[in-house]
Amino acid sequence: MRDPIAKKVSDMKPSGIRKFFDIVSEMPDAISLGVGEPDFDTPWHVRDEGIYSLERGRTFYTSNSGLMELRTEISRYLSRHYNVSYKPGEEIVITVGGSEAIDIGMRAMLEPGEEVIIPEPSYVSYVPCTIMAGGVPVIVNLKEENEFRLTAEELADAITPKTKILVLPFPNNPTGAIMERRDLEDIAKLCIEHDIFVLSDEIYSELSYKGDHVTIASIPGMKERTILINGFSKAFAMTGWRLGYACGPEEIISQMTKIHQYCIMCAPTTSQYAAVEALKHGDRDVEGMREAYNERRRYLMHEFRRMGLQCFEPYGAFYIFPSIKEFGMTSEDFCTDLLMKKKVAVVPGSAFGDCGEGFVRISYAYSIDNLKNAISRIEEYITELRNKK
Amino acid sequence: MNDNEIKEMRMSILKAIEHDGRVDLKELAIRLGIDATDVANAMSDMEKEGIICGYQTLIDWDKTDDERVTALIEVRVTPQRGQGFDSIAERIYKFSEVDSVYLISGGFDLMVIMEGRSLKEVSSFVTNKLSSLEAVLSCATHFIMRKYKMNGTVLARKYKDERILVTP
Repeated sequence: MRDPIAKKVSDMKPSGIRKFFDIVSEMPDAISLGVGEPDFDTPWHVRDEGIYSLERGRTFYTSNSGLMELRTEISRYLSRHYNVSYKPGEEIVITVGGSEAIDIGMRAMLEPGEEVIIPEPSYVSYVPCTIMAGGVPVIVNLKEENEFRLTAEELADAITPKTKILVLPFPNNPTGAIMERRDLEDIAKLCIEHDIFVLSDEIYSELSYKGDHVTIASIPGMKERTILINGFSKAFAMTGWRLGYACGPEEIISQMTKIHQYCIMCAPTTSQYAAVEALKHGDRDVEGMREAYNERRRYLMHEFRRMGLQCFEPYGAFYIFPSIKEFGMTSEDFCTDLLMKKKVAVVPGSAFGDCGEGFVRISYAYSIDNLKNAISRIEEYITELRNKK
Repeated sequence: MNDNEIKEMRMSILKAIEHDGRVDLKELAIRLGIDATDVANAMSDMEKEGIICGYQTLIDWDKTDDERVTALIEVRVTPQRGQGFDSIAERIYKFSEVDSVYLISGGFDLMVIMEGRSLKEVSSFVTNKLSSLEAVLSCATHFIMRKYKMNGTVLARKYKDERILVTP
């Protein structure tokens, strides 16, 4: 029989997370700090609206781009929070999570062989989506000494005549790094000069702890070359509802909508109605969750400093990314050993790109009590490692 | 610190201790990114000013062997000249059986919450002590049958963390 699988798919590396998940899932009593989703439940008034939409029998398709009411609310929300304006009718498409938006963005824009600059460590889907869309990923290895921000020099070094898209994943998973206005202005200048489009994955935008999040789309000259991707998963604790969106110039969004229409039809209707409620009345929920995350962030930073573990201070998302280089182990060995000996699961930094080697991702989407318990086990573990030396 | 910063600090302390009165102050200071002495000072200032009125423990007595009944009593009263509802409220809240007293808008005036060892004890209090007050026009007593949620804490069933242990 012929090989039924396309080469570009069989060549695709399985996610490093998957491998680690298989190990963890055999230890049901482990404490996990490995989760990439909020510990909060979706606010009840939002769930209630979803339930109501089902009771009302709103169980049909919506338009391909999504409910007009939802797109209108998204447009209002973005202008209220991030000072960018998008026309609900032409410049917004509702997707199945931010993940779909990344995928259809790449597919709509890439010609075979065109290059996509992807800063790493970062979320696991940018490289495979680029490859599936026929593009060529060009990795920029971000550095801890720059607090894992993308610098203009690093970007300039990666640009070639074939560069089409820059992926800008900030606030960042797994590092927790953010980009502030002046950082973005430097990046914007290069993008304009070299005619590069930006796929800005801002799914963690509400979880910024150092001033308000700035979107690159709000920098003059950038809106026309930026696909802004956001969604409800992180801000409103709605991961399982699978709802995100992309905003950008009409000529790109309309082509993305065409792909979306053929492979997805429309995002889940129940989720869309719930999301309208989230945007209309959810600002306070978001603020409360952000404050809770920030308390945990400060607490963890304090604990890691106390233990003398090298760690830059992250100001975004819900991750801390300490260095474990002092122990001379790979991230994967460290995480496996920590799991076996102390039953704490954290994720190897190498799962998010080669330059994540030597780091681990610690999620603080857990209650303070949970964190305390896990931290004391981690401290025991690293004390044992240090004593062995 | 200027006035606004103090206000902000006070608010964040209050929000944090509202549902966790036992929080370690040093830990709280770390979580809020505030100096530990400032936290301690702010708390003692707020205690003196009566903003923080006390530290209590939330107890689900139904899970103990102790027999208790809680009643909500809607009380209609005649306000008194020059004193409005304050003096009648005071006459009521001074009874040690009474847990809370609120002035209410709408169909009645005072909401009295009280705890007793039995239905009999509560009804005897309502009949003998409360209804017999001169200013009290009527009482309607409601007994609590089950507490689902108290002061923001759910007492009914709780759910486990069902998230997958490791996700990207």
